Amino acid sequence: MIKLDHITKVFNRGEVNEVNALNDVSLQIAQGEFVVLVGANGSGKTTLLNIISGAVLPSEGSVLLHGEEVSRLPEHKRSRWVARVFQNPLAGTAPELSILDNFRLAALRTQRKKLKIGIDGAFKASVREKIAGLGLGLEDKLPQPMGTLSGGQRQALTLLMSVMDHTDILLLDEPTAALDPKSAEVVLQTAERLIREYQLTTVLITHNLRETQRFGSRLIQMNRGRIARDLDGAAKEKLELEEMYSWFG
Amino acid sequence: MIFYLTALIQGLCLSAMGLGIFITMKIFRIPDITTDGSYTLGAAVTAALLMQGWPLLPVVGVTILAGALAGVLTGLVHTRLKIDALLAGILVMTGLYSVNLSILGRSNIPLINIDTVFSALAIFDRPLYNELWVSLLFLGVLSALLAYMLRTDFGIAMRATGNSESMTRAMGINNDRMKITGLAIANALTALSGFLAAQYQNFTDINMGIGIVLVGLGSVLIGDALINWLGIRHIWLQLLFVMLGCILFQLVLAVALSLGVNPNMLKLITSVCVLAIVAIPRLARRQRS
Repeated sequence: MIKLDHITKVFNRGEVNEVNALNDVSLQIAQGEFVVLVGANGSGKTTLLNIISGAVLPSEGSVLLHGEEVSRLPEHKRSRWVARVFQNPLAGTAPELSILDNFRLAALRTQRKKLKIGIDGAFKASVREKIAGLGLGLEDKLPQPMGTLSGGQRQALTLLMSVMDHTDILLLDEPTAALDPKSAEVVLQTAERLIREYQLTTVLITHNLRETQRFGSRLIQMNRGRIARDLDGAAKEKLELEEMYSWFG
Repeated sequence: MIFYLTALIQGLCLSAMGLGIFITMKIFRIPDITTDGSYTLGAAVTAALLMQGWPLLPVVGVTILAGALAGVLTGLVHTRLKIDALLAGILVMTGLYSVNLSILGRSNIPLINIDTVFSALAIFDRPLYNELWVSLLFLGVLSALLAYMLRTDFGIAMRATGNSESMTRAMGINNDRMKITGLAIANALTALSGFLAAQYQNFTDINMGIGIVLVGLGSVLIGDALINWLGIRHIWLQLLFVMLGCILFQLVLAVALSLGVNPNMLKLITSVCVLAIVAIPRLARRQRS
């Protein structure tokens, strides 16, 4: 469960370029819930995601993950609960490392990285099997550097990497924004399957209103650092595209 | 022949530093200038302890610790105080000059009639062959250990840190701690080069490290060019090619000297060589595009 309590985030406080990114935001996301976050640029969506992941620490308020106070906990320590897929396909993987090395790190997300060689035959076989499930034909390219893959392939693998260890919160920050429609569809289908299979608590940021209609059990609209609308599944079902467009007036 | 054999041994002595620079420059992408100080630090510690009659094994241990400490200092200044890595390295390197002078007690210490690593592990009659075999053994062991470490889970995390910090943070890796560890390992390796060089040349001088980072940089760039050209992915082979780069660089300098170049011009030649190594591939790329 994610609980944000009266979160305020001010960047560059007291300076000429001071920005109030989040203004007294309180939000509770239940276990297994799939929240879609929409809003205009600069409305505070990504800051909200960064506050949950620990990439940005709040100026005021508290963050609780599964009841544990984590407000001052840095991002690498929150990774024991939180997995993240970035907007930029290059950000979620190490491009010069092989696909296998990337997956090895993902498998050790919540564990110590020890001075022992952990990639053995059994590990290779399990990664090959998981990647084969994507249907992208990448299972025979495990020694290949991640950087040689397309953006869509990398995003799909990043999604798969996010469930290699015991993570139950998935943050998707416009994961298809940099992809062509076909790659975006592969990534979305992969996300949908993994979220269902692993019963992940998910927050998806998107500017694509059709994705908003298609995914999620709850819809939140951010505006000027506040939550402007918070719709449950039933209300979201009834929404028309035109109505959503009008929010961005 | 002996002239080129000497250059080969010098290249091997500097190879540990090359491996250190490979870690900072190619793995972490940190321009670490601490090298100039930690190289002399390794030589100073070696000379001071050998003069006091310490056995070789503890000397190696203290040298590694001293170099690692220098790296940790640079790492702490860079990560905790958020000071640019280049400046952090310059600060520590400058401070190390006084530390090295204090360790040496004077500007240089000759190591005459002292048991060195080369005499302790001698198996040939000719000292030159012993120097060659001991440096080969030393670097063989060192590169094998380093290659093993870089293939472990910890090593993968280390390599990933320099590659994508956003990814490693998301994978539960403390990037700052990893950079400090990397700088410690790199400078420990550099100090080991000082350990070998001091015993090979039979003296330690306070100025022996000035500009040495440029030699290391040029060597790593040669190695890296070969790695890219041959498409080498295996980490141990990559380390071998870095060492080969160190040897080739020393051979280039030796050739320059054998052609009658004034030894006073050696630093200038080093700079020009590194400039050529950096500039030529870029100019070639620009030409192609």
